[in-house]
Parts: sequence; structure tokens; C-alpha cells
Amino acid sequence: MRIIVPIKQVPETSNVKMDPVTGTMIRTGVEAIVNPLDLYALEAALRLREQHGGTITAVSMGPAVAEKALREAIAMGCDDAVLLTDREFAGSDTWATAYALSECIRKLGEYSLIICGERATDGDTGQVGPSIAAFLDLPVATYISRIREVTADGIRVDRLVEGGVETVWSELPVVLTVVKDVAYPRLPTLAGKRRAREAQVLVLGAADVAVRRNWIGLKGSPTRVVRIARPQVGRHPEMIRVKEPSDLEWAAERFVEFLRERNLLR
Amino acid sequence: MTAWTDIWTLAELKFGRVLTVSYELLTRGRTLADARGCRLASVVLGTNVARAELEGLISRGADMVYVVDDPRLERFLPQPYAGALQHLVETYHPEVLIAGATTTGRTVMPYLSVRVHAGLTADCTGLEIDPDTGELLQTRPAIGGNIMATIRTPNARPQMATVRPKSAPPARPDPTRTGEIIRVAVPDSMLRSAMRFERFEPDATQEVAIEEAEIVVSGGRGVKRAESFGLVRELAAALGGSVGASRAAVDRGWQPYPRQVGLSGKTVSPKLYVACGISGAIQHLAGMQTSETIVAINSDPDAQIFQVADLGIVADLFEAIPAIVQRLKVESKPGGS
Repeated sequence: MRIIVPIKQVPETSNVKMDPVTGTMIRTGVEAIVNPLDLYALEAALRLREQHGGTITAVSMGPAVAEKALREAIAMGCDDAVLLTDREFAGSDTWATAYALSECIRKLGEYSLIICGERATDGDTGQVGPSIAAFLDLPVATYISRIREVTADGIRVDRLVEGGVETVWSELPVVLTVVKDVAYPRLPTLAGKRRAREAQVLVLGAADVAVRRNWIGLKGSPTRVVRIARPQVGRHPEMIRVKEPSDLEWAAERFVEFLRERNLLR
Repeated sequence: MTAWTDIWTLAELKFGRVLTVSYELLTRGRTLADARGCRLASVVLGTNVARAELEGLISRGADMVYVVDDPRLERFLPQPYAGALQHLVETYHPEVLIAGATTTGRTVMPYLSVRVHAGLTADCTGLEIDPDTGELLQTRPAIGGNIMATIRTPNARPQMATVRPKSAPPARPDPTRTGEIIRVAVPDSMLRSAMRFERFEPDATQEVAIEEAEIVVSGGRGVKRAESFGLVRELAAALGGSVGASRAAVDRGWQPYPRQVGLSGKTVSPKLYVACGISGAIQHLAGMQTSETIVAINSDPDAQIFQVADLGIVADLFEAIPAIVQRLKVESKPGGS
């Protein structure tokens, strides 16, 4: 079984600092990491390979430095990696990104599964996975929390949806997008890190994957960002400061009183 | 050249009933249609959908309801849903198509956007018509909620967006409103699916899902370990609310992912949100700051969570929560103050 895992290199945004004057992200000292949910996709692929054999190919579209993310995927255990990089891809929205990635995946030959993280932490759209499926005319199962079984002709998976879990069966090949419940990502081993240093990452450009030039990059993107603003946060809280244990009773009293004033007590 | 007109919303059904998110979309859609001077339509995909459900969409603002009624649309499957929508879009040419940013909307809309070669913006919290160009301006949080990006789709049609649930109130019914129900047959080839639905297992917990709850009590990094979430649970129980968690708490395995509040989890907008030991990273604030009343309990007086709170309690939550729970118990006793 061949599994393709598209991954993205993203800035570490969980504790991002914003410049209060310009409203832009302070990039100095911001680390580039593998999109956290993509690690879960990689882990799901590695576990399937352990059970069923086969190979795993990690694919990323991005600048040349995204090669680092692909080497991390190899360190975790992927067999090989492909970097799709070209100045012509710059400015791609999710539509153009999914188009380029799907043409790249087409180029890689036969596969049974494409496993994506449900979304990336920077763009936060979750659109690329289902869009790749649409370009490749494949079924897609999103929000996968569990892979139940894989047979020669199909796969049974659980989807985490509103109010519960849905089980679906799909023919192969299929695109899956996974959430955190699917599997906890392993850390790279020393041997894996060594292999990653020595591995060859296949680098492809726009010409290598035969994309339509007017469907990629900014000019191939249907959407345009017209404005960026810093969100306004701010209410003016009534503050209660508990300085000594004896303040606790008063604080609890005020809390309950506050809820009563707002009609929030049962 | 094709004329693209009208605002469309995708209605969502579960067990044959229209979900509230569909009425929220009609609130959005009505504003857009009035600004654009066009009609508002809802699309319903399903099987044996009761007429009352379709009329409910009309009474809440739809001028037309397009219905594709087919057994293959009984459950959400991306290919037949996208196929039916593609057929409708290519037949009627809506200028705008919006859906809820639900697991269904966030799956079918990107699939469809590829099929019809249209631009799509995810998880919008603001939608408006540009008075100069008539274009749809789509505003959404990005980079972990640190910025708000406004996006437009200059050429491709329809202009597509998914809209964050609970970001607008549901439209109220007006029984005097009238509208047209249009039933559409979709070619077989567009309803094929390589995937089939097998079963649905509802959440085992009796507790209300956080996105539906009127009161949410969440814990974060400050709760320190999984066992201490018992305190958060106690407070939630005493207030009659559901338990939520920050990303930090879910990443540490203290709470399951469905309880995660924030940009990478659920967006909640309850009457009361109590944040316990949550610092208030923008990514968390993006998921709860529209709550009606926010109370924060944190030992760090400079925690950002206090900036969005109505009541801030600077205290060790391990002391404050038991004191509050104690006080609430006195409150609920008959004859208590």
C-alpha cells in the first residue's frame, strides 16, 4: 500500500507575538515547524504501514526551506519526500495550492490513500484536503478520529462530527483528513534523524508537474486578501483580587452575586 | 456572458429537520440580499423532506427554496452533495453561496469550489456587500486569530464562503412571508458516491455539547493535570453548564478534542463562559469572546483573558473554585439566601 501525506511548514503560532504598532506578526525568532495536525496524519500513515506494509511519501508545496519539514517527516519514518517549489506558486490560495499539489500527486503514480491533517495552524482553512480530493476526483472523508480497518478494496473510518461519531466505508483510493484523536505522533528516532540527513528529497518545479500556468500562484487564485486588521479585544472587567485566604469567601460571594445580577443563576 | 444573481444559503438537515445553523445563514443572507437588491434562496439536499421544514426556511427569509430530494442524499456524503450543488450552481448561477462552517459545510464547499472553479473563504465571521463593486467582502480570523483578513473574489462566481456557526443569531420566523419551492432533478451521474454511510453513534455523555450549552466552564493550562479537571467539572455542575477546555489542556490529553474551545476547536457563544486557569491566547479568545458574559479566574493578574472578561477573579483556582462551589450549594438550598 502506498500512502501520500501532504504536509505544510508553518510558523509556530501558538504563542505568536504581534507588533502593536504595525499589527503584523513579529517573525523574528519564530520557528518554522511541521503543521501540528500533519504530524497526526504522518502517524496514522506510519501505523497503517506497520500493519499492512507499503511505503509513505510526504509531499509539501512551499519555499525551498520547507525541505526541513520533509526531512522531519522522513525522520519520523516516511520512505521518501517530494518538495514542490517554484516562484510561480507564490501567492497561491487554497484552490491553487490544492491544484498544484494534486497535479504533483498525479505525477507520483499509484497510491491507495492520501492522508492530510484536518487543517494548518496558519491559514486555518481546512480546505486543501477536500480540494485535492475534488481535483483527483476521489472520495474524501474528513475529521477522521479513527481508522477502523483497511481491506484490499476499501477502508472503514470514524468521522468526528457534531454531536457524535459517524462511521463510513469508502473505496480506495480515498483522501482522509485527520483530527487529533486518530493517533498520537511519535518522536523521530536517532536512526530516523540520521536517515533524514542523508535522504534525497525530490525537488519538483511548476514545469515538472505539467500544471496550467494560469491556475497557479496569485494569478491562478480565485480569492484575494484585500485588508488585514488587528482584532479588537476588550471589555472592562470588574476585578476581584484574592490576596489572602480570608478574601475567598468574599470573592465567592461576589461571583454568585454577579451571576444573580445578570440572571445567570439556575 | 452568464449573469450570476441571487444569494444562496445551504440549509443543513439532520434526521429530516433543518438545523439552527441554516437559520443563522438566513440572517446573514437577508442582509446581503437586501444590500445587493437581489433574492435570497436556500438549498435543501435530502430525502422525503417535510414541507413544513421547507416553509420554515421561507418564513425565516428565503424567497426561494431549491430542493433536491433523493434517497442518495439521505446522509451527508461529499460526492453526491457536491454533485447536486454543482448541478444547481451550473443551472441557476447564484452570485453568492454560503454554508455553515460545520463538518458538512467545510467538506462539501471546498469540493464544490474546485468543481465549479470558484473562490472559497473558510470560517468567516463577517460578510458584507462592497457598496462600490457589489462584491462579497469576506472577513475571517487568520494566523491563530491574531489578525482579521478581509477577502474578495474578483472574477470567479459564485463567491463562496463558510460561516462560523453562532456568529449570527438565527432568523426569526414570520408566517406572513411567502416564497417559492423549486424541486430540481439532478442527473444520476452527479449523485454517485464511492463512499457509504454506515452508522452514527451519538456522544455517550448526557452533558450538552459545548457549542449548544448556555453555560460553559473551561479549564486551561492552570488546571495543571487531568485529575484536577474534577474541580472544573464540579463548578460546571453547580452552575448547570458543560465543561470546555483550552488547546493547552487538550494537547496535554486532560480533556478530549470535542471539548476544545478556540480557533482550532469549537466556537462557543454561551450566556455565561467561565475561564479557569486560561491565559487567554488569541487562539482561545477567538473561540469564546462573543459569549454574553465572561468570568475569568486566573492567578496571573496580567493574564490576557482578563481583557475580555466582565468579571475577573485574581486567585488560585484550587482555592477559588471550591469556595465558589460551596457558596453555590448554599444558594441552591431551599431557604438559602
